[in-house]
Amino acid sequence: MGELRLMKGNEVLAEAAIRCGCDGYFGYPITPQSEVMETLMELQPWETTGMVVLQAESEVASINMVYGAAATGKKVMTSSSSPGVSLMMEGISYIAGAELPCLVVNVQRGGPGLGTIQPSQADYNQAVKGGGHGDYRLITLAPASVQEMHDFVDLAFNLAFKYRNPAMILTDGALGQMMEKVELADFKPRWTREEIQEISGSWATTGKTASRERNVVTSLEMDPGKMEQNNLRFQEKFKAIQENEVRYETFMCEDAEYVLVAFGTSSRICQKAIELGRAKGIKVGLLRPITLWPFPSEVIASMTCRVKGFLSVEMSAGQMVDDVKLAVFNSGCTVPVEYFGRMGGILPSPNEVIEALESKLINR
Amino acid sequence: MDIKDIIKPENLVYDKSKLQIDTIMHYCPGCTHGVVHKILAEVIDEMGIQERTIGVSPVGCAVFAYNYIDIDWQQAAHGRAPAVATGIARTNPDKIVFTYQGDGDLASIGAAEILHACNRGENMVVIFINNAIYGMTGGQMAPTTLLGQRTSTSPGGRNVELNGHPLKITEMIAMLPGVHYVTRQSAHTASTVRKCKKAIRKAFENVMAKKGTSFIEVVSTCNSGWKMTPVGANTWMEENMFPVYVPGELKDNDKQVPSEKN
Repeated sequence: MGELRLMKGNEVLAEAAIRCGCDGYFGYPITPQSEVMETLMELQPWETTGMVVLQAESEVASINMVYGAAATGKKVMTSSSSPGVSLMMEGISYIAGAELPCLVVNVQRGGPGLGTIQPSQADYNQAVKGGGHGDYRLITLAPASVQEMHDFVDLAFNLAFKYRNPAMILTDGALGQMMEKVELADFKPRWTREEIQEISGSWATTGKTASRERNVVTSLEMDPGKMEQNNLRFQEKFKAIQENEVRYETFMCEDAEYVLVAFGTSSRICQKAIELGRAKGIKVGLLRPITLWPFPSEVIASMTCRVKGFLSVEMSAGQMVDDVKLAVFNSGCTVPVEYFGRMGGILPSPNEVIEALESKLINR
Repeated sequence: MDIKDIIKPENLVYDKSKLQIDTIMHYCPGCTHGVVHKILAEVIDEMGIQERTIGVSPVGCAVFAYNYIDIDWQQAAHGRAPAVATGIARTNPDKIVFTYQGDGDLASIGAAEILHACNRGENMVVIFINNAIYGMTGGQMAPTTLLGQRTSTSPGGRNVELNGHPLKITEMIAMLPGVHYVTRQSAHTASTVRKCKKAIRKAFENVMAKKGTSFIEVVSTCNSGWKMTPVGANTWMEENMFPVYVPGELKDNDKQVPSEKN
């Protein structure tokens, strides 16, 4: 068993990064995730593992520092919260276009605009649809516990490098600030020069040697024919990710007539709501997407013909509900799909969830 | 006499650097970029640092710099080259990193990134091509466009009330303590090309010695954007650009006694 500690979600992101052999973190302070960089500065990993930690002048700069380092084959990341992640969208689009692996963490707060510093899930669409310009996708992981905040750092890097695509951990201020018991992974050494050569040598800018052509990392291609080919290649990659990397968890779905669909913080609220609902005799279960993209559409489709309805429970105005509807539409069976949520930093309560289930689906 | 009898090593007075790639020239005839690319290739070649050098190209005409010099390159988003170079340099301290940026890229959209990278004293070379216009997009006003200068977005000439003054960003950079070496060059005559090459070589040597940021502005021409002949553009540059962007050394920490170092 690994080392056990009581930690905040934001702190554990920092700890997990060091332990998984991350080469660099570039960030800019923003509530509610500033503890990520603060923890790293406190831990001084440059003295131990050699990991670089740098406070950038803006989120625009930090994501471009990630671009530069990632393009040399290094395992690098940044973290921010909603307004800061909006600023990063240009860089994320370039990273996707240049096919660079990296990790971006969004500890969401309420929007739009400067919004609030309280937790939210209103950046769902931004994360799962790409967010910046162009046809691309982010591998999007949604942790629901401090333990998963820890585990998904390593997982996100693995997926990012496997597919040469940016990965995002989409979490929120509640999980970032929450303290829970966490089992820490053992320290993995950072990749050596030889390992980087082995893993990324075919494309990374590690210095042109006589034994190979020069490596150029760019998202630019002036020839529209070639640019379409690039896009087709990206789409093939996204298809492979959809086929291989869907992750989800079900809770009390075996006999469920109604299924709540929720991720992250709202999925934990739903677990309590299910207890309340079951006590009232409602056969209700939970589907928790762990990968928001690729979305677990097939599991929803497989449930559609045996349930009476889905309720998407979100800390937003109803964004994921569209993906649930799409999955149901593609299943061939027709059942109602409804949404319930709170916005602006307010968390839905378990009672509200059950009331919404009753009014929108059971007694409709 | 056959040509092969003339081309012999002992008769060789000039040779193209082996790092210069034979590619179809996309720069306009008369453009300064080609000359500076040649200088860069020569310096990297002569210093024997091809395997250690990573270039960062900008958005603008020089976006395709990576087609001309046989080293590893990254292409950065508009203005972000200094942040990209920071990411490279920080995680690869054994590498020699340079950015190559135009005036729109460096002094307008990327003003924050260049100032902060220089203020941190990132160990990198910055090549700043200042031709006072946006070349790639077709001759729009740049932050360094001179007062009265006509461009497609200042057709009546740059006007202080509307557009403010030309931005002397190199002077601003020279004020930053993290910056080791700041110089303003041109590359329009044989002697200025030689001086410019010397400055670029010095900048790369500074980075090899981990002295911090070395910043080289090359006051340049864009005869297409300026709607002039190449020769006319050179003359116009000397008469109009040099009085505002005065060539010469702005800062060299090597030449200062330690107490004067800022």
